[in-house]
Amino acid sequence: MFDFLQDYDLAGAVWTTVQLAVLSAVGSLIWGTMLAAMRVGPVPLMRAFGTAYVNIVRNIPLTVIILFASLGLNQTLGVTLGAGGDFKTINFRLAVLGLILYTSSFVCEALRSGINTVPVGQAEAARALGLGFGQVLRLVVLPQAFRSSVIPLANVLIALIKNTTVAAAIGVAETALLMKEMIENEAQLLLIAAVIALVFVVLTLPTGLILGWVGKKVAVKR
Amino acid sequence: MTAVSVATEDKAATGELVVLNSVNKHFGALHVLQDIDLTIHRGEVVVVIGPSGSGKSTLCRTINRLETVDSGSITIDGKPLPAEGKELARLRADVGMVFQSFNLFAHKTVLENVTLGQVKVRKADARKAEETARALLDRVGVGAQADKYPAQLSGGQQQRVAIARALAMGPKVMLFDEPTSALDPEMINEVLEVMKQLAEDGMTMIVVTHEMGFARSAANRVVFMADGRIVEEATPDQFFSNPRSDRAKDFLSKILHH
Repeated sequence: MFDFLQDYDLAGAVWTTVQLAVLSAVGSLIWGTMLAAMRVGPVPLMRAFGTAYVNIVRNIPLTVIILFASLGLNQTLGVTLGAGGDFKTINFRLAVLGLILYTSSFVCEALRSGINTVPVGQAEAARALGLGFGQVLRLVVLPQAFRSSVIPLANVLIALIKNTTVAAAIGVAETALLMKEMIENEAQLLLIAAVIALVFVVLTLPTGLILGWVGKKVAVKR
Repeated sequence: MTAVSVATEDKAATGELVVLNSVNKHFGALHVLQDIDLTIHRGEVVVVIGPSGSGKSTLCRTINRLETVDSGSITIDGKPLPAEGKELARLRADVGMVFQSFNLFAHKTVLENVTLGQVKVRKADARKAEETARALLDRVGVGAQADKYPAQLSGGQQQRVAIARALAMGPKVMLFDEPTSALDPEMINEVLEVMKQLAEDGMTMIVVTHEMGFARSAANRVVFMADGRIVEEATPDQFFSNPRSDRAKDFLSKILHH
């Protein structure tokens, strides 16, 4: 019944999906944290940039961003992200870039909601000790904000894992592109759909459960 | 502004530590601080009392610029309070602050709360900082709780940790913003005892409080505020036995006679 799977590199496709998800998750966590720092910071120009970035980027469909990365950045402007002429690598990197740019706006907002759960007195006490803005954020506010953002960040991560399928639009050989190929060549439509769906459930369900547990475990007691 | 700089110069000589000069502040239409002039000398314990909304907490918070002022000047140890940035942070390190709601860092242990400022601001060696922290925690009577988290402590213990945290910076002056107002009655004394000890050790203190007993026994001077103004300044004896202003008489009659 599952014989047809032998003709396809399902494991390789799933691995590509995992790589897309992990690299994008790390990248968007970093960029999203920087955006959140800008949005709560004292510098008006940075605040304006952070606000504008989030409100523009999160409202553009991911497909548009990924397609622009490929058609606009690469094919028109010639950006290769250091991959030379290797189209597979170029497209993979462009997909990661697009996913980071897009997901970081959601990471920023999840973190900002976490920052808002930290009582203002915590930052006041830190400032009263003589800590600078960066130190207050890094040593007192963000550690508490991250702890209360674990569960909203898990939602963002789950959405990211599923969003990696958009990379199929620019030919990255990940799981959804493999499904397209299988459906074109095979007859077991429902079975194919079920296998692919199962792959994503296997990736996302533990993510949600584990991070949900972690979120409770690290919650700051007040 | 020239008058202010003249005042700045003779300060070090006379032992003036904190000087507020015609300080004004508004919250929207509310004029919370109206022409406040106040001088605190080295080693002096000044208790600020007054009805709710009189501006006494705001006054306390302007001294390390947790609240900005609209006009007037504040100088600490001869230096005008900087507006922003590193200079301000450096000055805040010299001004200890104890809050009504303790504000211990909830994600750090008691010990870490007391070492954080020493290590990150004073750049003290980690082991030295821990030694200092343990000694201070013992001094305020919570040495046994060093490895617990703030949420595991009683309010009185948390506030004593907060005092130790402020003392760890080696401050020139300590600000207390209603330190016992959020405490259960039976825990108020343990905090006041620590504060009295501190006063006897010669720490310069500005204490906003409703604890008249503390004001009587520990203060060198009582500042009575109402409606954003300093209405009366006197020694505790004078103030409690023979207040001059009607506003103070009214206030005392309401709190002392029942």
